[in-house]
Amino acid sequence: MQEAMIKRAKELLAEGIVNRVIGWKRGEFAYDSTPAIFETPEELERDFVYDDLTASNLSKYLIKESRKAGKILAFLKPCDTYSLNQLTCEHRVIRENIHVIGIPCDPKIDAEKIKAKGISGILGIKNDGVDLTIDTIYGKESMPVSEAIMEKCLSCKGKKHVTYDELIGEDGELCDSGRFDMVAELEAMTAQERYDFWRSQLSKCIRCNACRNVCPACTCEKCVFDNDASGIANKAAADSFEENMFHIIRAFHVAGRCTDCGECSRVCPQNIPLHMLNRKFIKDINELYGTYQAGEKPDSVSPLTSYTLDDCEASIVHERGTE
Amino acid sequence: MNTTDTLIPYIGVVTEIRNDTPDVKTFRIEAPQGGKVFEHMPGQCAMLSIPGVGEAMFSITSSPTNTEFMEFSIKKCGHLTDWLHEMEVGQQITLRGPYGNAFPVETELKGKDLLFISGGIGLAPLRSVINYVRDKRSNYGKVDIIYGSRSKEDLVDYDEIMNEWKNSQDIAVHLTIDRPQEGWDGHVGFVPDFVRELAPSNSMTALVCGPPVMIKFTLAALKDLGFSESQVYTTMELRMKCGVGKCGRCNIGDKYVCKDGPVFRFDQLSRLPEEY
Amino acid sequence: MLRISIDRLNELFDAAAEKQTLYIPVDREDGGAEYKKYEKGMKLSRSLNTVRSAKDFFFPQTEDLMEFRVDKKNIEVKDIRSEAEDFVIFGVKACDVRSFSILDKVYLSDPVDSFYKNRRNHGVVISMACTHPAETCFCTAFGIDPLSPEGDAVCRMDNDYLYISALTDKGNAFIEQISHLFEDSSETEEEFGSKYRDIFSRLPLAGLSTDAFGGDKLDEYFNSDKWGELSESCIGCGTCTFVCPTCQCYDIKDFDTGNGIKRFRCWDSCMYSDFTKMAHGNPRLTQLERFRQRFMHKLVYFPACNNGEFGCVGCGRCLARCPVSMNIVKVMKDLEVKK
Repeated sequence: MQEAMIKRAKELLAEGIVNRVIGWKRGEFAYDSTPAIFETPEELERDFVYDDLTASNLSKYLIKESRKAGKILAFLKPCDTYSLNQLTCEHRVIRENIHVIGIPCDPKIDAEKIKAKGISGILGIKNDGVDLTIDTIYGKESMPVSEAIMEKCLSCKGKKHVTYDELIGEDGELCDSGRFDMVAELEAMTAQERYDFWRSQLSKCIRCNACRNVCPACTCEKCVFDNDASGIANKAAADSFEENMFHIIRAFHVAGRCTDCGECSRVCPQNIPLHMLNRKFIKDINELYGTYQAGEKPDSVSPLTSYTLDDCEASIVHERGTE
Repeated sequence: MNTTDTLIPYIGVVTEIRNDTPDVKTFRIEAPQGGKVFEHMPGQCAMLSIPGVGEAMFSITSSPTNTEFMEFSIKKCGHLTDWLHEMEVGQQITLRGPYGNAFPVETELKGKDLLFISGGIGLAPLRSVINYVRDKRSNYGKVDIIYGSRSKEDLVDYDEIMNEWKNSQDIAVHLTIDRPQEGWDGHVGFVPDFVRELAPSNSMTALVCGPPVMIKFTLAALKDLGFSESQVYTTMELRMKCGVGKCGRCNIGDKYVCKDGPVFRFDQLSRLPEEY
Repeated sequence: MLRISIDRLNELFDAAAEKQTLYIPVDREDGGAEYKKYEKGMKLSRSLNTVRSAKDFFFPQTEDLMEFRVDKKNIEVKDIRSEAEDFVIFGVKACDVRSFSILDKVYLSDPVDSFYKNRRNHGVVISMACTHPAETCFCTAFGIDPLSPEGDAVCRMDNDYLYISALTDKGNAFIEQISHLFEDSSETEEEFGSKYRDIFSRLPLAGLSTDAFGGDKLDEYFNSDKWGELSESCIGCGTCTFVCPTCQCYDIKDFDTGNGIKRFRCWDSCMYSDFTKMAHGNPRLTQLERFRQRFMHKLVYFPACNNGEFGCVGCGRCLARCPVSMNIVKVMKDLEVKK
């Protein structure tokens, strides 16, 4: 796959259809690729990497990149195309300046899950589809692939690209990975249990803002939490109320726009399952206003920013909120 | 705990408020029991705060030779300064300091001919030095002051300039405003151009403070007049939280402006990364 | 060295915790390790390091500085400082122990930060030699010996025993309290170290050199054209800063408790857009400038102010945690001007 991508990128650069490429740059180890812009065939040959450890969503970079001169080639995984569609829908990117190549993906491997098994000194990771063979400075280790799959891929929406200019490989199908099961489990808790669950999670937050800054839906030029004039700007929670509110307010801000790309939980250094907050909103929207997937179409209208006669009554929403 | 900590402030009382310009007020601060809250040297700063509103660094405008009170000339330009401008006499504030270095009035500047060049609110830190020099006049040579602002109304401390500085036999005061104005028969034009016109002797030592663009063009004018960078001092403003070189905000290169500055000679500044 | 069988570790913790508050690294349910106040039965984490560094003990994420009572025009300042309780941090790795001396250079230099000093005075650091480093480790590049960490007392642990030896009076006092648990061992520090030494030379970052950096390298690197490419992927979050054991910048904020004003300080990051923002402008407007500041500070400015000592200890946390995997190692390798 990587070779086909490099080949096509070089062609598009040579033909002048694009003047740069956004992809992933090889890191120091097997798992630490960095999003990067490539401008020459040499850079692509030397540094471009795409494998089952390149997990980051490149869509958000396109806000800035699509405003630069010339056209940029973006390699997007199926879930990343939802983010791009949503950004297009919100006029945050200039879609004409982006040449999207949809790329297939297998479930991504989470190096953190490998490390959590006590495997350290990782030099290389090989995936035969069933097992991972991990080469370390202490010798070879192995573990089932199924135990190392990234959280966001365990709740995959499907392998279908919702926007692209061309594809490498076949387009896939939507799938139901039961992504709302865990939300349902939380809903089944008593209010106190649920409160305790979220308190224990949110109190781990160090306010690094990684979730917000990586989120393709968080695109305000000035976040309310960075704006001194807002009266709620803070870098650290002064009390537990503020600790809770940062994430809850953020979830409200992206409600109806979050595509469930899972980046927030992927980047959280404290392993807070932040995507669960957003997914709860998605589930509620589905139940109250009919099934809706943000980012599915470039011109979709969110149920939360529109009104139809079929919308549920406010009282129903209100009553649900009492438990 | 019986140790002091510089982050824990003193209380001061506002005992007089002077409206200097439409957006600059000068506040007189005394300790609750009278007298100064702490001693300082010209060019040093203090952290002023209204708890719950904010805390920020301001240069101390009064001269240390003033034994009764401290003064701060403050331009209204943000959340805290808006609040300060609404204060009435009798209001308590917190202050801590003094922070930073000072203009070397007792060392490098002693015996020198001094040229003060300032624009707008940039007079605030220099006023401390000017009045210090006036009070110890025999320690210094010739004193020239070039001061400009947008309009006559924007000249900070206009009364003191006209009534005291201008009347001193041994100080030359040159004022300018940006645009012609009714009731102004003085010089019109920008400070850097005025400096070129006046062509002060390059044997003088210059102390410059004002908006960044004014400082930049004034330095160029002085260089053209034959001044070297080591003859020109300025004082800098950056965001600060602690005042003692620990919170990291005012770090430029190997310097912390709150501690190693705010007063720098241009030959020192030109060695730093251009991030000010 | 003195030793105790590792089967009896909890006896050691129980005894120590009886005398003073004891913190040990434990595994978290959701992965990663963290320091926790020891309670009976807690198990010492065998993972290399905690997700958050040990700086929290001396420079916590948030800390109340003082309180104010405001009554119309009057303000009363309330000094809320009190003498910290004695505490022991057990199992600090060499990188983190070194970070304390870096923090000391900032917070114990004149004027001394009494909040920091208070905790530093009351904290006893029991370090732990590394025998199982990760690929992200590069402490040796900064002259740290992971097998002989600094600290008040140093522990070394193999599959059978935990060995301990004191380095300071505080460390001696700690061992003294629980000396009945230990037996003498003929194993020396050198013998122990020699069994693990070669592992460190096999680490992928073993060859990383700091030679190209230092306090006199401002001109070489500040205007380097590499910064644009390096900072391109940076999303401007504070993860690197907050997991870093040596990052020590802070903000001071006021909070209206409804019953007065609480002034607190909290971690801040030079990566944040408002770090240098003033009422009339901001000297660092782009992420490039903010990104550059963080690395220039560690590799050039800090050494310039501290006799050549770098502001990094090679703990590898930023390598493991940066959302886009951009980090000081990549910066050093890319930026380095070879002589």
